[in-house]
Amino acid sequence: MIKRLLIANRGEIAVRIIRAARELGIHTIQVYSQADVDSLAVKLADEAVLIGPPQAAKSYLNVPAILDAARRSDADAVHPGYGFLAENAAFADAVADLGLVFIGPSADSIRLMGDKVAARKAAMAAGVPTVPGSTGRVDDPEAALAIAKSTGFPIMIKAAAGGGGRGIRIANNLEEFERLMPQASAEAQAAFGDGGLYLEKVIERARHIEVQVLGDGERVIHCFERECSLQRRRQKVWEEAPSPVLPDDIRQKLCASAVALAEAVHYRGAGTIEYLYDDETHEFYFIEMNTRIQVEHPVTEFITGIDLVREMIRVADGEMLRIAQEDVRRAGHAIEVRINAEDPARDFAPAPGTVSDLRVPGGNGVRFDSMLYAGYTIPPFYDSLLGKLIVWDETREAALVRLKRALAELEVVGVRTTKVLHQVLAADPEVAAGRFDTRWLERWLEQNASRLAEAGTVEAREVAAT
Amino acid sequence: MATKQILSPLPGTFYRKPAPDKPPYKSDGERIAAGEVIGLVEVMKSFNEVKADIAGKLVKFLVENEDAVMAGQPLAEIEAES
Repeated sequence: MIKRLLIANRGEIAVRIIRAARELGIHTIQVYSQADVDSLAVKLADEAVLIGPPQAAKSYLNVPAILDAARRSDADAVHPGYGFLAENAAFADAVADLGLVFIGPSADSIRLMGDKVAARKAAMAAGVPTVPGSTGRVDDPEAALAIAKSTGFPIMIKAAAGGGGRGIRIANNLEEFERLMPQASAEAQAAFGDGGLYLEKVIERARHIEVQVLGDGERVIHCFERECSLQRRRQKVWEEAPSPVLPDDIRQKLCASAVALAEAVHYRGAGTIEYLYDDETHEFYFIEMNTRIQVEHPVTEFITGIDLVREMIRVADGEMLRIAQEDVRRAGHAIEVRINAEDPARDFAPAPGTVSDLRVPGGNGVRFDSMLYAGYTIPPFYDSLLGKLIVWDETREAALVRLKRALAELEVVGVRTTKVLHQVLAADPEVAAGRFDTRWLERWLEQNASRLAEAGTVEAREVAAT
Repeated sequence: MATKQILSPLPGTFYRKPAPDKPPYKSDGERIAAGEVIGLVEVMKSFNEVKADIAGKLVKFLVENEDAVMAGQPLAEIEAES
């Protein structure tokens, strides 16, 4: 039984983990950098351990410092959250070697899914549709050319060791392909120490749909899908569950494919299998699996009633899943918007600073997961996510109304946030109709820059007047 | 001769090099032109160039590579050209 959990993360997800652990009767130990002395997670945890200077490389990514904190605080388990060390197989191994429980899948699962070519092969073997392209790595230029010709253009040349949008080139025709292949290989060798490449067709006008899974190492269940097509620079800004466009028969196939893949790799813990979905053909294609809890997990919690963080702690502790697939039911519609310390009126420039006052939205069907409190100074050293506003209602239409109501209640005084972006988006007819793809938001931002600037000015004036 | 300080425009982490495996933008004692980059400040994963606003000699840096800096904190001292 886990009794003392070390949280190897910060910000809103650390707060989320503390809450789940406390409800399970687990003592919480929060690690922190010098810049996070005053963080909400440090205040809420039962105890806190300093692990280093502000910079993440010297604190939240510093494996020896975190392992030392676990030893000193007598922890028996480590939760990595998301980002930082969450998908670092060597860290998962090191935690296990100390005899502690790693709240997540086995290091081998992390390694397998972290290798994009191996993950693609595992998906194919499990019968999951993948984006048309190469079966595995392509090292022979002749073979690469043959694949490109049969797949068609535009085609993506991706580094096997890349990820998160890095190491990708797009060839629009045969000549570009012949020119880019050697460049891509040399670049991948220089950037990742591995010149291995693979090929994927560009799916245009695709939507991003992902399936939440929970596994105990033997059995895997799904908790339906989330749609996260509204993205800026490949970062999600708005997520919902269920997808507004997925027909029910496709939903069943999609979720079954996610379970098949996760079961094939004996997955344990909470994971997400990401797909591209073509709205016109109703085809879906596996892109990757994230072997951790995700930022947008609350929308799934809202529609299913399952506490995903609690369940991942239980299965990591050796329990079998308590939930059968037929017991996972979904009801209503949930939307999450990310509240970032960024100024939408100034091309999303980072905006750290002091939150002089805070008004948190509430009421029925409203959840606010954040690291904020009145008087808190947001440090400049980490990513800009301050929190998430999540709403639920019986229908998507009603959830949008509730989102507008909750956004109007939210006041983060003293710093610029993405609240105003979400207010404009929530009122947009295309968003209301669910008519978007993964590139829709960037096109929209280009066309609506002046509206955002104007809305930002009004907000600034109101802040100044209070 | 007048010396002037270059202040950090933002809070964050100061870098003297464009990338970890590259040489520093500038060294102590080097000549510098107005508008030349002396380093980067990383704020919430975005990188912002810090430039000299006058020409002269960069006398010395006042912070180390990868130091945490505050907005308005002096980063380097420049001896203005007369």
